[in-house]
Amino acid sequence: MSLDISFIGILIGSIMASSVPLILAASGELITERSGVLNLGVEGMMIIGAISGFALMVITDNLFIAIVGSMLSGVIISLIFGFLTQSLLTNHVATGLALTIFGIGLSAMLGKNFVGIPGKEFPILFSSLRESIPFFGPILFGHSIVLYFAFALPFLTNYFLKKTKLGLVVRAVGDSPVSASNQGINVILVRYCCILYGGAMCGLAGAYLSLIYTPQWIENMTAGRGWIALALVVFATWSPIKVLIGALIFGGITILQLHMQAIGFRIPVQFLSALPYLMTIIVLVVISRDSRKIKLNTPTSLGRIFYREK
Amino acid sequence: MYKNFFRYLISAIFLLGFSVNSNADFKVGFVYVGPTGDHGWTFQHHEGRNAVEAAGIKTTFVESVPEGADAERVIRQLAQSGHDLIFTTSFGYMDPTNKVAKDFPNVKFEHATGYKREHSNVSTYSARFYEGRTLLGHIAGKMTKTNTIGYIASFPIPEVIRGINAMTLAAQKVNPNIKTKIVWVFTWYDPGKEAEAAQALIDQGADVIMQHTDSTAPVQTAEKAGVWSFGQASDMQRFAPKSILTSIIDDWAPYYVERAIAARDGTWNQQDTWHGLKEGMVAMGPYNSAMGADLVKEVEQLQKDLASGKVHSFTGPIYDQKGNILVAEGKVADDGMLAGMSVYVKGVEGDIPK
Repeated sequence: MSLDISFIGILIGSIMASSVPLILAASGELITERSGVLNLGVEGMMIIGAISGFALMVITDNLFIAIVGSMLSGVIISLIFGFLTQSLLTNHVATGLALTIFGIGLSAMLGKNFVGIPGKEFPILFSSLRESIPFFGPILFGHSIVLYFAFALPFLTNYFLKKTKLGLVVRAVGDSPVSASNQGINVILVRYCCILYGGAMCGLAGAYLSLIYTPQWIENMTAGRGWIALALVVFATWSPIKVLIGALIFGGITILQLHMQAIGFRIPVQFLSALPYLMTIIVLVVISRDSRKIKLNTPTSLGRIFYREK
Repeated sequence: MYKNFFRYLISAIFLLGFSVNSNADFKVGFVYVGPTGDHGWTFQHHEGRNAVEAAGIKTTFVESVPEGADAERVIRQLAQSGHDLIFTTSFGYMDPTNKVAKDFPNVKFEHATGYKREHSNVSTYSARFYEGRTLLGHIAGKMTKTNTIGYIASFPIPEVIRGINAMTLAAQKVNPNIKTKIVWVFTWYDPGKEAEAAQALIDQGADVIMQHTDSTAPVQTAEKAGVWSFGQASDMQRFAPKSILTSIIDDWAPYYVERAIAARDGTWNQQDTWHGLKEGMVAMGPYNSAMGADLVKEVEQLQKDLASGKVHSFTGPIYDQKGNILVAEGKVADDGMLAGMSVYVKGVEGDIPK
């Protein structure tokens, strides 16, 4: 048991790797929700992304196609959700739940022939720097490209929402679709785009699991991470940076509690297992207790059905 | 009148749902808790079913049946549709199996890993996986350089604790300095979490990783980190060819074939089966040549001795963590004690979660 500085570097590196799927899925869902659409199908879209990515990797032997394909599969399955909720005006909550159940079932069916096939090594970047620089090496280098993208994403999302005109449009649609519509914004189109974007990010989050993190396909391998991502968005009060913080805390405590067990801390294991959930909620509630800011960030029309009277 | 009509309609729909033809002579039904492609528990039961089929006996199966109300409905359905022998292959099917057995005295039932045989047409069966753990412990004790064995545990039930103890006792015998570090993940199957647990154990100095969970993630993590590992439930060698030293394999096939033939020929009777290496219900995967010829020979001998009964996994003196004697010198633990095992033996670190 060594707790020296280079070990802590390795630990932080593995914490970062474990929070990637949460960051990706939560960032995608955040945009969807900011446009006023509540999509509870995150878990379903992730698992579809996981099987699509893995299946494409096995079939084409090309990781690039696998990654792009997983995002496309997320787009396609979220299109079903978009069509139902935006064009047929079904209830968001029920449709999202159905999407998750559908996704888990469909992925199990599609995945039948891919169980038990070993995955392929995913290339990592700057692996030589990882070894040669103590502490910072394992933190900054030796990760897959998806990880770097995931860590840039919350900042890009923040910039998009706050500084760009399109971001303003998304927020307007989420806050007051009627006013936005009166301004000549095509609310349904904007919401469609946000739903599809959310689907793409969830698909990528799933593919990260099946291609990079634990390269294999097993039924139900997302194991509830989609639900955690959903909760993160709410507890982070729809702020992309807080989503990142929340995901890191969750991933961090999950891994730390395993280490604490291995070291032999005399703390009840059940408590340790519950710790990630507890700490993430506490920290996020504490850092976002400014009610004015919450009001500002909360999409007012979240989950409400919008239609234009003709 | 309409009421009856709907009743028939609904039962017809249910019958269609699990369509099983009822014109064959002798049929065996299987109820699985997971999908046949889980590459672990259910996969191995399905292999057993295939063997029964290969022996010329008709079989049907229903997969991914949740433990609970659904289970009883599915078992009842199989019994109603002319199955003569039904294997229910998960612990949670215990009560439903007995309930249905009461209503179908002419159908034979076989419940895996349970202990309730409330009616004369219910048998139970399980495997002595701990014998395999003894072999793993022996290998681990010899192979470790850091004297630290990492163990990924699922739930604190006797089955899992028995495995931890059997492994530790065997490892201590060949290497008194051994330490067993245990991480409880509270899941049978979450590849991400299992991988993280394996990595945490490796970071904490374990250079042999063992799992009582079902996915192949731990062995893959071990392969990447360059430490040793063991496969669980089925041969996982192709997932980590360098790292895996051997696998414990559940082989239900001979038992299933034997029982199916007995039931067909009218020689089936109620029994409680707990088979191990001797009968082949527990089998070992190929031994990694990295172990060296001497160790392989040693382990093969131990495997033979366990099978013949010359060596028992739990031979006294065995002490618990506080130093109280559990099994006296020269004695071996009886099956009752093994079945209810709920304390760690001396040398295991930490507490069992309550």
